[in-house]
Amino acid sequence: MTTLTDAPEGQFRLSMLLSDTRYRSLTLQAIAAIALALAIFYLGNNVAKNLAALGLNINFEFLGAPAGYDINQRLIEYTSQSSNFRAALVGILNTLLVAFLACTMATIIGVLAGVLRLSNNWLVRKLMSFYVEIFRNIPVLIWIIIIFTIMTAVLPGPRAFRGDDATSSMLFDAIAFTNRGIYIPAPVWGAGSLVVVLTFVLSVIGVFAYRRYATKLLYDTGRLLPMMWPSIAIFFVPTLLVFFVMGMPIGLEYPELKGFNFKGGIKIGGPLIAIWFALSIYTAAFIAENVRAGIQAVSKGQTEAAAALGLRSGRIMSLVVLPQALRVIIPPLISNYLNITKNSSLAILVGYADVTATLGGITLNQTGRAIECVLLLMLFYLVISLSISAVINVYNNAIKLKER
Amino acid sequence: MSDQSTNSIAFVRTQEVPSMPPPYTAAGPIRWMRENLFATPLNGLLTLVALYFIYAILSGTLPWIANGIWDSPSLAACRDMLDGASGACFAVLTERWHQLLFGFTYPSDIYWRPTLAFVLFFFAAAPVLFFDLPRKLLVFTGLFPFIAFYLIWGGSVFTPLLALVGVLAGYFVYARYVASNFAVGFLGGIISAALVWWLGGFVIPEHEITEGAMRSVPSRDLGGFMLNMMLGVTCVSLSLPIGIALALGRQSDMPFIKYICVVFIEFVRGVPLITLLFVASVMLSYFFPPGSGVDLFIRVVIMITLFASAYIAEVIRGGLAALPKGQYEAADSLGLDYAQSMRLIILPQALKISIPGIVNVSVGLFKDTTLVSVISMFDLVGMIRGPILASTEWNGVYWELFGFAALLFFVTCYGISQYSQWLERRLATDHR
Repeated sequence: MTTLTDAPEGQFRLSMLLSDTRYRSLTLQAIAAIALALAIFYLGNNVAKNLAALGLNINFEFLGAPAGYDINQRLIEYTSQSSNFRAALVGILNTLLVAFLACTMATIIGVLAGVLRLSNNWLVRKLMSFYVEIFRNIPVLIWIIIIFTIMTAVLPGPRAFRGDDATSSMLFDAIAFTNRGIYIPAPVWGAGSLVVVLTFVLSVIGVFAYRRYATKLLYDTGRLLPMMWPSIAIFFVPTLLVFFVMGMPIGLEYPELKGFNFKGGIKIGGPLIAIWFALSIYTAAFIAENVRAGIQAVSKGQTEAAAALGLRSGRIMSLVVLPQALRVIIPPLISNYLNITKNSSLAILVGYADVTATLGGITLNQTGRAIECVLLLMLFYLVISLSISAVINVYNNAIKLKER
Repeated sequence: MSDQSTNSIAFVRTQEVPSMPPPYTAAGPIRWMRENLFATPLNGLLTLVALYFIYAILSGTLPWIANGIWDSPSLAACRDMLDGASGACFAVLTERWHQLLFGFTYPSDIYWRPTLAFVLFFFAAAPVLFFDLPRKLLVFTGLFPFIAFYLIWGGSVFTPLLALVGVLAGYFVYARYVASNFAVGFLGGIISAALVWWLGGFVIPEHEITEGAMRSVPSRDLGGFMLNMMLGVTCVSLSLPIGIALALGRQSDMPFIKYICVVFIEFVRGVPLITLLFVASVMLSYFFPPGSGVDLFIRVVIMITLFASAYIAEVIRGGLAALPKGQYEAADSLGLDYAQSMRLIILPQALKISIPGIVNVSVGLFKDTTLVSVISMFDLVGMIRGPILASTEWNGVYWELFGFAALLFFVTCYGISQYSQWLERRLATDHR
């Protein structure tokens, strides 16, 4: 006699495909696979029929053809004779540029606002929660348009800077806010400027080396070296010395009003500013909430225990609270960066030539290759998102509590 | 020394000293200010900076609002009336409010229809939002989609009626069989609903109603804030069941189903909504059978629903993962099958945990409905940027219009998030 748990071998009946849990999952998966295949076939068939009816086909040759339109904001060489692929590349670089700028600024504003929301100053606390609530609850699209409107409709035209009765003047005689963009001084690299830059890079490395050495010395011998003043000295002194010894090789070229417009300096276009600032202040509101939650997540006992050990308040922050808070703050911070990158696609609204505006906008409309353009566009964003998620996963694994 | 000390007791207090009020610096508003505004020099500086900041904003905006002109035919007339003084021209709102709310082609004599639908929406949402209300009210919630469809689109009353009958048939079949077998009930419900709709297609008279109070309105005439509300409400409610299914699929032991769900969720979450809207506007029509001509509103609803369901799936997955493993094991040990244990044990608890996350996604989605203005649908932002700012009368009125749009969104989104916080406190059953 067999025990009850022994499955009857060799007695497979067709009904077991549904009633026996060993086979049911296979049945279900097979059904799902068939349904998926049917759906794909149905949709693919529809696409083929529709395209045939319109006399279209899917190919990517248009990428090699001349784009035929100009792009104002570009980081690499591009003319209207360049290929559509080149235009897409310009767009990709512009997307990455605005994403990088906005991430940096959003982090700075967000961390500041998040820390200030925990300040014991009542007014500042209220002001910051006001900021967070206002910016979180109004669509980023409206913020982009509002800032773009400030840039184009409120700022004066270059003409207002002209003559003796000028109604506008440049900030510090160096920065001009006009409705065509903001002009800032551009650095002029003279002979020997390379040495200065090199010195600067070396001194940055020097700061890190010094801090590492000081930490090692502290752990090995218990001797505590001063950190702040030597770091600042290493950061500034050598570079300034070399700068003056070499005879000030790096100068600034100031923007000047010539004719109808400003010449010289670096021009930051209105669309770039709009999308950059809007994304920064909008996302910073979310980051502020993350930072606040992260700091509050560290239990009060940790601070008190550190104080009981005799640590000063600065050290409590840097050695006990922050390492634990960062564990909570950084994953949502990175996903906010991802949101910035995705939201930068709204740049199309203000005419900033990001990849959505070039590949998904003008190229799509001019060539009529909707399917190809949208697919390529999605592929680009997908690659970015998946790489950022990979970074989050790596980080999460690295900081996971090591339980023994 | 000791005798001296005994003698030195010259005075022994027999009465209690009456307590004095604290010094004025340590009580009342001054103490509060010292503690909360000027605790340290740096803090004091911050307070001054904040005060200046508030002053700068208020001194700029308050006179502008107070001087506002509410009655004027155009911006030029407004400027004449202001005569150089700083002041808002709110006349654009009184003049064009109907376009901002309903779009510029929705017939003005039937504005009461969407307004009524909007009012009824609160009655339909109330039993879902507040659990204390009698459960019988949920019947109205179930009826609301059909009523709202009829009110907003109008046309033949038979279309929503047929849809309702189909849903009812499906529901009765589901209720009849779900006790014995979930799969049979579910599939039977879907099939019978589809059957009713298909058969009803032959019975219902095909005629367009173009006259009268309940005449039909094509979807391209929808616009303004109404469009944002409709997209937000429709897409969130549709994406909930899909999101639950995706979340369960992602947790499944069956590798094929799990893979489909993971790929779908990661794909949708990886691309910006705007590319999905491009798909809706230029690509999606290729996927339908030739000549079906699905209108843009439905295509946009499909894409936004897919978008939202991926995010909601992730929120619910978090809820499922946060549930203690004992709950799953308890359900198994009671002998419940998968559908029963999910329906009766797991999902009620998991959904409760995920409510704040779902509300967050909903608020984000509602804000993102403004993106449809990029594919030239005239929602609130689209109306402002398109017809109103392009008109000769109101070209140049930026702040009043964008301020109005921002205010509408702020009130809605802030309200929803306050509700979510209230609910979170309400539902916190474990930490009391």
